[in-house]
Amino acid sequence: MTARIIPDRLQSPLQRRLKSWETLLLAVAVAIFIFNSFASEYFLNAWNLSDATFNFTEKAMIAFAMALLIIAGEIDLSVAAIIALASTAMGAAAQIGASPSVLVLIGLGTGLACGAFNAVLVTVMGLPSIVVTIGTMSLFRGISYIVLGDTAYGGYPAGFAFFGQGYVWWVISFEFVLFAILAVIFGVLLHLTSFGRTVYAIGNNPTGALFSGIRVARVKFILFLLTGLMSGIAAICLTSRLGSTRPSIAFGMELEVVTMVVLGGVSILGGSGSIPGVVIAAFVMGLVTFGLGLLNVPGIVMSIVIGALLIGVIALPRIWAMRRL
Amino acid sequence: MQPAATAAAMTPMLSLDGITKVFPGVRALSEVSLQLYPGQVTALVGENGAGKSTVVKILTGIYQPDGGTITLDGAAVTFPNAKAAADAGITAIHQETVLFDELTVAENIFLGHAPRGRFGLIDTAEMVRKAAAILHGIEAAIDPDTRLRDLGIASKHLVAIARALSIDARIVIMDEPTAALSHKEITELYALVEKLKAQGKAILFISHKFDEIFRIADHYTVFRDGQFVGAGAITDVTPDALVQMMVGRAVDQIFPKRGHKTGREVLKVVGYDHPTEFEGINFTLHQGEILGFYGLVGAGRSEFMQSLFGITRPAKGVTRIDGAVTVIRSPADAVANGIVYVPEDRGRQGAIMALPIFQNITIPSLHRTSRHGFLRLAREFELARDYTTRLDLRAASLDTPVGNLSGGNQQKVVIAKWLATQPRVIILDEPTKGIDIGSKAAVHAFMAELAAQGLAIIMVSSEIPEVLGMSDRVIVMREGRIVAEVAGDGMTPETLVRHAAGIGAAA
Amino acid sequence: MIKTFLRAREAILAGAILLLLALIAIRFAGFIAPANLANVFNDTAPLIILAIGQMIVILTRCIDLSVAANLALTGMVVAMMNVAAPGLPLIFTITVAIGLGTTLGMFNGLMVWKLGIPPIVVTLGTMTIFRGTIFLLSDGKWVNSHEMSAAFKAFPRAMILGLPVLSWIAIATILLFTLILSRTTLGRAFFAVGGNPHAAVYAGINVGRTQFWAFTISGALAGLTGYLWVARYAVAYVDIALGFELDVVAACVIGGIAIAGGVGSVGGAVLGALFLGIIKNALPVVNISPFWQLSISGAAIIIAVALNARAARTKGRIILKRAEHPA
Repeated sequence: MTARIIPDRLQSPLQRRLKSWETLLLAVAVAIFIFNSFASEYFLNAWNLSDATFNFTEKAMIAFAMALLIIAGEIDLSVAAIIALASTAMGAAAQIGASPSVLVLIGLGTGLACGAFNAVLVTVMGLPSIVVTIGTMSLFRGISYIVLGDTAYGGYPAGFAFFGQGYVWWVISFEFVLFAILAVIFGVLLHLTSFGRTVYAIGNNPTGALFSGIRVARVKFILFLLTGLMSGIAAICLTSRLGSTRPSIAFGMELEVVTMVVLGGVSILGGSGSIPGVVIAAFVMGLVTFGLGLLNVPGIVMSIVIGALLIGVIALPRIWAMRRL
Repeated sequence: MQPAATAAAMTPMLSLDGITKVFPGVRALSEVSLQLYPGQVTALVGENGAGKSTVVKILTGIYQPDGGTITLDGAAVTFPNAKAAADAGITAIHQETVLFDELTVAENIFLGHAPRGRFGLIDTAEMVRKAAAILHGIEAAIDPDTRLRDLGIASKHLVAIARALSIDARIVIMDEPTAALSHKEITELYALVEKLKAQGKAILFISHKFDEIFRIADHYTVFRDGQFVGAGAITDVTPDALVQMMVGRAVDQIFPKRGHKTGREVLKVVGYDHPTEFEGINFTLHQGEILGFYGLVGAGRSEFMQSLFGITRPAKGVTRIDGAVTVIRSPADAVANGIVYVPEDRGRQGAIMALPIFQNITIPSLHRTSRHGFLRLAREFELARDYTTRLDLRAASLDTPVGNLSGGNQQKVVIAKWLATQPRVIILDEPTKGIDIGSKAAVHAFMAELAAQGLAIIMVSSEIPEVLGMSDRVIVMREGRIVAEVAGDGMTPETLVRHAAGIGAAA
Repeated sequence: MIKTFLRAREAILAGAILLLLALIAIRFAGFIAPANLANVFNDTAPLIILAIGQMIVILTRCIDLSVAANLALTGMVVAMMNVAAPGLPLIFTITVAIGLGTTLGMFNGLMVWKLGIPPIVVTLGTMTIFRGTIFLLSDGKWVNSHEMSAAFKAFPRAMILGLPVLSWIAIATILLFTLILSRTTLGRAFFAVGGNPHAAVYAGINVGRTQFWAFTISGALAGLTGYLWVARYAVAYVDIALGFELDVVAACVIGGIAIAGGVGSVGGAVLGALFLGIIKNALPVVNISPFWQLSISGAAIIIAVALNARAARTKGRIILKRAEHPA
């Protein structure tokens, strides 16, 4: 046999990165930043920018876990409903005088429990996640409605406000720091660990992954747990920031989270995507919302921009490719 | 190549001339020609990748040629879509059944060309009546109102044939029609082909089986690497000459010489049962041994191997590895215990096509190439480089997606993936199916080398030369059971075929 | 005789609905009075119409999350049109509603067909775009009952043979699509494309175009429902039918339409919608807080999908002779 050594790579990782989706998205983010700073004199203000981060930090925390889940070929549409249920559970505990640390544990625990419920239905019973989580989305939020009806929980202990309203240093909020830490953790988990590698393998070819000795069901179970956990964390932040709980809390947020993930370059069909992409997408969405807000454009119109952005960023490269053929 | 004398005397019903089809990076067909004659069977012969299926897709309107002409009854035609080809009277029976589980038999037969009644609505009664007539014509006892999902594989195949006949076709393409059929069904298919010939239909017959080609074809056309190599009357050619045209050089399939020294017992399987797929499977496997599993397609060999590998459940049975009872509930368990499986369905089960070569190879070995769960790319490349070199893989770089490789090289990646886990037992399911002759020889040579190093190998194969050429011992399965175990002088083509087909007692 | 598995599944759902009605009747007999059942049907009519459209989309392995937004946008447009020109004939209004809905559906379909963008992404995007457009058109204002013409509001409530027009439109939709799905080439193509897209190509069916027509139908039905909804409730604003797309998908799932495509029936979609409609209408009369409705439909979705999955689980290959002919 003639020994032929195959080179490891033809393109350096740097070359590849320059051509990537993330680079394009970053350019968009920078362009929006520059545009905003010319469009409004209030934009380049540290406190305003700090406020603007609250537009996306909670959604982005969930988006990190959702990105892994979507890369693995599943989806969780119940995340906003998990927030509602976790927030309701914390609110109920607060009414009987639970301390902030107990509230945090309840929030995390509810998130994990909801994630585990989804995980069992999808990975143990083998049901399609899109339908299961449409069901649990109604179920979880429905429980909040049963508990609260048209009333609301308030009266959270003073110490609880820190998670959503506190600042670590100068204009740097606790939520932003948490967002940054979680971004790093999920980035490392997806891109630098063997667990992350198996996530890609499963998303590209679940059967092939199973035949390669990967415990596919176990990996998916963990991903649903993580998504539940992150929803629990988001619930803590959001509840703390709002200071009250209604059953309609975070209504429709699941779709914004999915939008953020897809905008970040994660294939909705599974198998590809990156955490840096999702981070940049979070900033893009935050900057658009904030910029339009400064121009007094109402929130619902921003959603047109976000929706158009979602379709546009996927459609334009394809139209471009069709024209060249 | 000289045109065949008999063919020249006749006018072809359909003629392809100078047909070219280019895909990004691949020239699938390069100015090929093909003639089909009324009332005659033309066999299209070539290795995988020769361009046969591309021709079928052009004839059925799935692909558009980039150059050349199609002439039907002396007039130039084009088939912009599948409907145009069907309207021109061309129909195809595909190797994989292209039918719809949720529709009824009659709807499957007439999908796209159902008889219309008032207001352009489908005339259901007429459709069922016509379907029954066609099914009766091919002696298939199937109720046209049955939902397809309730039929067995063989019946589905008959529905596919009925569908092909429902279009008032003048040209029938049969793309490896016997691949999934039993012996009896194959005989029935031959009778059907004779019937179609008698009706004056032109038949394009694509097959890998030479006995079949010489039995039913009138003409042959050979492609190689997307190019036309030769054509003529089947009576003017020998199997050897045909093979030579196919591969472009004189090839006796040569199998590596192996010393028959086997070591101690590695694997012992006792009493494996499955409710519907197999039962009573017992055998042993030794170090350095290649154990062949022969049988017809659907004999339960792959099903058993997949249950041994922890995929198919529920299955009962005891697996002993080096004498110790080992419970395998998942492929991960199997791999941990040194049993690995190279599946037949490479695209779906074997490789992860979109991921690069090196990542495919390290998937089951990540615990060895990572530290505390963190990837170490240098170690991964090292491992991949090591095994791809040993298997003589041909690729531009190790970060090329596996999907960009040829079938043979994809198979090498799958084998490399498993060897990197340093297994004790490797199960190869149809290891050389659908790969070129060069890669085939490389895989065979490597199997021999692995056996010499003491690996225990199970090889499931439906190719008799391969089974006989590679195995130390052969187990024959039929209808989910082991029906024979042969070794040494008992290993003849006749014994294998007799046992597999269940024809009387072996001589 | 149970002729097909599919019909058997519908029978199970129909049985569940009868059982549900019986349970409600124990608590409140008046619920099953014909007049009340007709009310329930009429109340569920929009859900039935939309579920039929959604079913066709799901049959082709797609999903349309934009139906409720399409409904709201179309409803707002015809309401504003009515305010601006109250004298316009009703047939014109309905034509505009269906036409606009169709156009919006076609846009979804084109994105899926021509650009190959996953349906969930396309309709997620158009959902927010449609809602935002309502705001741009209406400037966030409501169109209230007193601004609408009497004819505009009266049509869905007009009684014919004891049933409101709204109910008749739902019945007509059921009949029309039963016919289309069973007796037209396009109808069979919806099943073929979802059941085996690869094979559909060989059968001469253009998968993308078939999906395009599915979205077009879904859009047309959403547009029609947009007018009916706004006229019946006599109000139009940005958030009407907010989140209703999930009820529509839920009706389909409960009705046994497989999210993986290729399996489903008009009957299933209708029964799924009725199941949800009965629960919604029954909760107040049996003294259960309406706040229970959401979690009950959530639980129903999960139970339905679990039952469907169990029934559809593919049997292994039968190789052993003894397994083929069980003693």
